[in-house]
Amino acid sequence: MDKGKAVMGSARRWAVDFTDNSTSHSSRDILDPPGFTRASQEQDDSAVSKQKKDAEANWKSQKAWEVAQAPFKNLFMMAFMMWMAGSTVHLFSIGITFSALLQPINALRGVGKVFEPYKDNKVDLLAPKLVFIALNLVGLGLGIWKLNTLGLLPTHISDWVSSLPPPQDVEYSGGGIPL
Amino acid sequence: MGCRCSSSYLEGPVQNTSLQNEGRRALMGCLLAAAAGIFFCEAATAVSTSRRAVHYVAKWKGITFMTSRQGLGVGGGTPYGFDVGDSERGTVLKGLDLGVEGMRVGGQRLLIVPPELAYGNKGVQEIPPNATIELDVELLAIKQNPFGHQQYIGKVKHAVFHTQKAARKRVVVSTEENVVASLDLRHGEICGYCHIFADVITLSSGGSVLRAWNLPDGQMVWESTLLGSKASKPLLLIPTNLKVNRDNVLFVYGNGFIHAVATIDGEVIWKKELASEGVDVQQLIYPDGSDTLYAVGLLGLSQFDVYQLDVKSGELLRHYNMLFPAGFSGDLSFVSDDTAVAMDSTGTALVAMHFQDGQISFHQTDVSQLIQDFSGGAVILPSKIAGSFILKLDSSVVFIKVRNDGKLEVVGRLGHADAVSDALSLSDGQQAFSLIQHGDGKIILTVKLSNDWTSNVIEETTQMDHQRGLVHKVFINSYVRTDRSNGFRALIVMEDHSLLLLQQGEIVWTREDGLASIMDVKASELPVEKDGVSVAKVEHNLFEWLKGHLLKLKGTLMIATPDDVAAIQKMRLQSSEKSKMTRDRNGFRKLLIVLTRAGKLFALHTGDGRIVWSLLLNTLRKSETCENPRGISLHQWQDPHHHALDENPSVLVVGRCGHTSDSAGVLSIVDTYTGEERNHMGSVHSIAHIIPLPFSDSMEQRLHLLVDANGHAHLYPRSAEALGIFQRELGNIYWYSAETDKNILRGHGVRKNCVLEVSDEFCFDTRDLWSIVFPSESEKIAATATRSLNEVVHTQAKVTADQEVMYKFISKNLLFLATVAPKAVGPIGSVTPDESSLVVYVIDTVTGRILHRMTHHGSQGPVQAVFSENWVVYHYFNLRAHRYEMSVIEIYDQARADNKEILKLVLGTHNLTSPITAYSRPEVFTKSQSYFFTHSVKTMAVTSTAKGITSKQVLLGTIGDQVLALDKRFLDPRRTINPTPAEKEEGIIPLTDSLPIIPQSYATHALKVEGLRGIATVPSKLESTTLVFAYGVDLFFTHLAPSRTYDSLTEDFSYALLLLTIVALVAAIFVTWVWSEKKDLQEKWR
Repeated sequence: MDKGKAVMGSARRWAVDFTDNSTSHSSRDILDPPGFTRASQEQDDSAVSKQKKDAEANWKSQKAWEVAQAPFKNLFMMAFMMWMAGSTVHLFSIGITFSALLQPINALRGVGKVFEPYKDNKVDLLAPKLVFIALNLVGLGLGIWKLNTLGLLPTHISDWVSSLPPPQDVEYSGGGIPL
Repeated sequence: MGCRCSSSYLEGPVQNTSLQNEGRRALMGCLLAAAAGIFFCEAATAVSTSRRAVHYVAKWKGITFMTSRQGLGVGGGTPYGFDVGDSERGTVLKGLDLGVEGMRVGGQRLLIVPPELAYGNKGVQEIPPNATIELDVELLAIKQNPFGHQQYIGKVKHAVFHTQKAARKRVVVSTEENVVASLDLRHGEICGYCHIFADVITLSSGGSVLRAWNLPDGQMVWESTLLGSKASKPLLLIPTNLKVNRDNVLFVYGNGFIHAVATIDGEVIWKKELASEGVDVQQLIYPDGSDTLYAVGLLGLSQFDVYQLDVKSGELLRHYNMLFPAGFSGDLSFVSDDTAVAMDSTGTALVAMHFQDGQISFHQTDVSQLIQDFSGGAVILPSKIAGSFILKLDSSVVFIKVRNDGKLEVVGRLGHADAVSDALSLSDGQQAFSLIQHGDGKIILTVKLSNDWTSNVIEETTQMDHQRGLVHKVFINSYVRTDRSNGFRALIVMEDHSLLLLQQGEIVWTREDGLASIMDVKASELPVEKDGVSVAKVEHNLFEWLKGHLLKLKGTLMIATPDDVAAIQKMRLQSSEKSKMTRDRNGFRKLLIVLTRAGKLFALHTGDGRIVWSLLLNTLRKSETCENPRGISLHQWQDPHHHALDENPSVLVVGRCGHTSDSAGVLSIVDTYTGEERNHMGSVHSIAHIIPLPFSDSMEQRLHLLVDANGHAHLYPRSAEALGIFQRELGNIYWYSAETDKNILRGHGVRKNCVLEVSDEFCFDTRDLWSIVFPSESEKIAATATRSLNEVVHTQAKVTADQEVMYKFISKNLLFLATVAPKAVGPIGSVTPDESSLVVYVIDTVTGRILHRMTHHGSQGPVQAVFSENWVVYHYFNLRAHRYEMSVIEIYDQARADNKEILKLVLGTHNLTSPITAYSRPEVFTKSQSYFFTHSVKTMAVTSTAKGITSKQVLLGTIGDQVLALDKRFLDPRRTINPTPAEKEEGIIPLTDSLPIIPQSYATHALKVEGLRGIATVPSKLESTTLVFAYGVDLFFTHLAPSRTYDSLTEDFSYALLLLTIVALVAAIFVTWVWSEKKDLQEKWR
């Protein structure tokens, strides 16, 4: 506001000078401020960035491992929920079971995405990925095991036979007591 | 409930009498007066198979002690629901049950209920003894099946009019179906609570059971069993004013004894044996005012015997007889108290017998003397005209008067008459009788006076439906017209057993009583609703539909005005669409084609039970070529389902011309849409077996194999195409016959064309393949049962609680056969348990292999059995436990039991669905269990559904003429005393020694299907529901859902409410979406 008032006096209300005079490396008409050495900055760059990059890689791999291990906590949670849900088929237990199934499946489908932020040349993501996949598979297994305990898996002969129509007779016979 | 009563073997006459029974009458009067406050005698009151919902407030001395109006819920408390007639079972106050009779929905009544119809003289809790209570009742709803329950009586044998001094004129009839009924003369309805006092005496069971009925309510007043040794024609004589020891007396002759019975209580005053010499007593005569009772009869058709007995003591006063060497033919016809007439054995002469004071005189007259052009074949018609009789000749009827000296005199002659009534005494001492003559599509009723043969009192012509056939019987009754002259009404019984009342040349009412004797039932589809419904109609329908549902919604939300309520009621009635003549989506609307004993076909609509068409089959009428025709069975002939859809479905009616098995058969094919006979074949070969084959031709006509008495199989339809199909399948077609007289079960194969004089390519020879001979000293075939041909089975596996599979042994060729020891064929209790045993077999009828055999020691018949899927349920009597028992046998296939690899099943490399031949040595194992059952069972059936998924119920026709639906789960051989939790989950009921009878499981509710003979079940298109038709003298139709109606919404489901909810939800979604969008935007602006 004050600025506005300050420029009120002039005919032009405000103006921006787009000529680059500070950041451009090519034109250095303006001197660097005192204490600023352009050389040192350039000199430093490689060491600092390397340090930084290392730290970042470390951080990334640490994070990746963290992410990879995240389903482990989930597993306990899930197991507890399943135990709570009981083994009778009702809305709650089915909901739990299906979420237990869907979660690992979704996670497995998005393995790449999950580890995308931690992608780095220096970071070996294979191990965390494998752990992640393994843990999710365990989760999936848990879900399937739950599904089975609920009796929703067609693992019995009866599940396959019930839909079969009875066989036809080749012969036909009729009759009875004479009328 | 009406006042119709049926007794088991009613053969004797009905007579009407006025019993001087003041005491009982007063008692009845008192009871009726007490009930009069809530009694309604409206003939129009719907006969109800209904369940009613009421709100009631019960008060005693103004204090409300019970009400249904208080409580939670929209309209106060829960309405009280009960079945009509529940009071008879004691579950509902009698006063309430009777009091809502005749009420309309929405009506209110204040009932003042006397204690005997309420809590009686004992009181209940706060209600003191003998309290008259008030019930304020509002009838909320009646749920009823409009077909429900139809009452018929059968072919009328005797009729007695009760019109004198009666407020409501009635006729009491007894019928061939052993029914005594009282019909309202105005409407022809079986009359309910009507106040007239008279009593009916019936003699039944060959003259051994005498019963007195009270006419107002049809209650039996007393019953006397009259014992005797010899079977004889039962006779009943009720003198008008004779008293012995101040009691009115009636005389009964039956089983060789003459009994004098007091009319007040049925006590036998005296009895006397007359039949010791073998005399066949034909008439009891009591001359008014005398002390002597005459019993007149014949001995060996040549000796005329007269007994004179003292009426007071029964002492034989005199016995005299006279021999007539030429012999008589037929029965005596009595023209007066001392004269009888009979034909002689040659059939050419009439003999008048005069007997009085120990003198018998014969007077023989040649018929040709009386009638010039006599050519033989004369029959004396039973007519009871004083001093005269009627002789029926080939082409005419002759009235012959018997003069005092025994001379005969022709007094009149008429053209042919089809039926002649008994004489009716008029008030002025004259006698009148009527004749019926047939014309072209009409009948002529003539009433004559017995003293004037030439002129007619009345001659009336009435148009008559051809489908009723000839007149078989006529009964007349007179009434006094306003001009003091005599008018006559005639009750006529037609060939199709229908009953009509004629008055003044008009048919006042008709009753289709032929429906009381149904022989067989088949269901037929209705036509499909035609396409091409106009848009306007749809719009109209849609609008109406919406309007209707909005009204209903208003009703549910309790904002409906009384007008709206009325509109809703009206709509409910209309929209039920139960009586439409087209198929419905659920397959509830069908035609029931029934064949009656009279040889008439009826099509009944399942919606409202009305007769859509009826057809008196000419092939089943008496003719020269067919002397004693009778219908045997009905078969589905053509049932277009897949192709040939423009063809109408039809049924095959099979009949036979005589009573023996070698008499010629008759066949007709009847279109079930129109009721027209499409084709008929008279006097074909004899018919011993009718085997519907599981093949049909391109017209969807089912192939039938009719096996004659000589073992030749005849193929129908007689077309080249059918022949082609049959010859292709020839090697796989077998038949069997259970010869009950020889105790042999024989299996046959069909071979090649038979060798006859006239070559017939549709006739095939059969050869014997196997036979099972049952030891005749210990076993006699008592019952057989097979699976219904149309039964659909959904699955071959029975899954047990532990997820294991038992494979059902499902074969159409299984026969259940039960034999009992020959000694135990008699009634229950006629043998000791040690002498009797029941052996049951399950037999494969292709190979004759006995798959299962089991002996029930100490048991006897009658055996009733039903076979369905892989199980048999049968009912018999256990002599040791002295109770009825029901057993179940389930048959499982062991050969397939090793199909245990899931992978095979997943990949489909199993052979579980491949066709099975009976020759592949079946390995079966059976499970069975027996339970006690309280009732004796008359007939059994099983529910059948469209796909066979729904669980089954066994329908039992109980001795009380009700239909009990018993869940098959109770008859599961795997029931154990302590089922495991898994078994419980599977639905196995803990084992009990007897089968429970839950009152709610009576499919007939509180009704009785009088004289129940059979139950037919038809699947509807809705898998959960099966249609049940029970028939006897009454007809009953209902829907049963053994596992509840899981696949349909209830009729009063509010679609509008559903629509409203959906609309509201959509609106809510939209509104919240808009809101959230707005909120998002605001969030972003921040």
